[in-house]
Amino acid sequence: MKTILEAHPYLIERESADWPAFNCPQDRLMDCLQSLQEEHGFDFLADLTAIDHFDAQPRFEVVYQLFSTERHEYLRIATPCGGDPDPVCPSVVPLWKTANWHEREAYDMFGIEFSGHPDLRRILMWDGYPYHPLRKEFPLAGKEVEFPDEGLREATGKTVLPAPMMGGPFHASQTGSMAKREPRADDESWNEARDRADIQDEENLPPRELRDKH
Amino acid sequence: MAIKEVNFGDIGARAAAADEEFHGDKMMINIGPSHPATHGVLRLKVELDGEVVTKCDPVIGYLHRGDEKIAENMTYNQFIPYTDRLDYIGPIHNNVTFALAVEKVAGLEVPPRCQAIRVICCELARLQSHLVGVGVYGMDCGALTVFMYTFTIREKLYNLFEELCGARFTTSYTRIGGLARDIPEGWLGNVLKVMNDLEPVIEETDKLLTRNRIFWDRTVGVGVVTKEEAISYGLTGPNLRGSGVAVDLRKDVPYLGYENYDFDVPIGTSGDCYDRWLVRIEEMRQSIRIIRQAVDQMPDGPWYAEDAKRIFKPMKDKVLTSMEELIQNFMLVTEGPQIPAGEAYFEAENPKGILGFYVVSKGGGVPYRLKIRSPSFCNLSILPKMVPGHIVPDIPVLLGSLDFVLGECDR
Repeated sequence: MKTILEAHPYLIERESADWPAFNCPQDRLMDCLQSLQEEHGFDFLADLTAIDHFDAQPRFEVVYQLFSTERHEYLRIATPCGGDPDPVCPSVVPLWKTANWHEREAYDMFGIEFSGHPDLRRILMWDGYPYHPLRKEFPLAGKEVEFPDEGLREATGKTVLPAPMMGGPFHASQTGSMAKREPRADDESWNEARDRADIQDEENLPPRELRDKH
Repeated sequence: MAIKEVNFGDIGARAAAADEEFHGDKMMINIGPSHPATHGVLRLKVELDGEVVTKCDPVIGYLHRGDEKIAENMTYNQFIPYTDRLDYIGPIHNNVTFALAVEKVAGLEVPPRCQAIRVICCELARLQSHLVGVGVYGMDCGALTVFMYTFTIREKLYNLFEELCGARFTTSYTRIGGLARDIPEGWLGNVLKVMNDLEPVIEETDKLLTRNRIFWDRTVGVGVVTKEEAISYGLTGPNLRGSGVAVDLRKDVPYLGYENYDFDVPIGTSGDCYDRWLVRIEEMRQSIRIIRQAVDQMPDGPWYAEDAKRIFKPMKDKVLTSMEELIQNFMLVTEGPQIPAGEAYFEAENPKGILGFYVVSKGGGVPYRLKIRSPSFCNLSILPKMVPGHIVPDIPVLLGSLDFVLGECDR
């Protein structure tokens, strides 16, 4: 851990409940990861994912979980991704092949463009899906979209509908007044107390944590 | 003797012309998403030259339910039933891994009895998963009988889970900081009984296929994955060990007190489909060994973290008699276990490979972000590299040898 910090003085320690973790500026990311892989023995990319901090700047963060198959140690590297709504991050596919699908997933779910990725397509959602579902402003129930297949669209005249949220999920919010903290469906679309105009405006509302502050 | 020079003209050009004549365009075919050989809703777009695969593009996501989004909108304990639906072939292991990951953020250690019960659960799940794995793998190679043996005995494992938590399939047995309930009376004896019944089945399965000539022809030298490739593509579990990389988190980064159990980690030598088979068969024997030790050494004492009052809910008899516990129970049910702010990444050796949870908490009962690193997702990412060069009938064998589950791949 000390040797890593000596070799890479630009790394800043990051809070972590388990293994060492560092924040790495994005322009040094590739050097850092390559050196960790080749010189420090972190040869296994266990996981690659992103976090949406929503109201913080920079909004998105890409997190790498490295593992050493020799020394059996973990290391977490996080890098901020500038640019909202179109964050960018260099692709680590040249270092680890497994990053290919992980990066496709992060692109699919968060809309992070991995520059240099050989084949950046959606992986879990279908091609042509217009949203990035794990972003905090995306509602849990989903949004109405058209069917991807034109023939199906014409034949049925139907669309992909959001999930009906009646009855769940239930848990009390963590902030706000006691009166608002009783358990209720999280998206509140079924709540009689809300007036109709609000429901129609649901799309433009900030996430629940922020909503409760007002 | 005079040597006469014979002129054949430009052989290369003639051969190329003939080749042109006999080889038409390449053919694209779809395998899946609804096909018995793809073990779920995996779809492969393969390009064929004759019978040889030249390109393979897996299409996943048909079973995507947005588990990570759902997790951000419910308390930690509410998410446990969703973990059942990840690797539904051995669901109880997912429960344990998820609970361990959240406990890691909270810095909570569960008591020894709870750990031992969880170990038994994990190994039962491994047996449960591998029994399907080898049975279905045999079926993919045309050996239908093996499946009958493994599935019959697997039913007895379901009976054990039913006794343990009431559910046969979707167990949801763990809670953050403990378990749903203690093990029922006499359960450990039943576990040992099932283990005694299970051992001959594994031996029989081994005898049926491991030295079977037809099985050899289908699997030996097929789908070879080198050590370097396996690491680079992020393979884990039996697939990684089949390629000769001795990584088993139970040994390397012990959790749940695995360091106290005596067991071996089998690894393969050539990384082909046959090695992956051998590793799974041997792992089942080792699992039985671990279970027997865990049953023998089962400690007494509490089966949940008693001091974690804001994480594990109080016992029912106290809730009904004491005001303080009643309030505590109410707060835990409505607001979820109170996990301090922080982040942790925890991986455990699941039957299919390494299942990881990256939990980012901002305090409170709901995760801010929960990433599920699923082994099947990473194991399948090697398909575009692995399948080309093989013939079409090899595809079921390759898929069977990877032993994946789409529930956890698509999440």
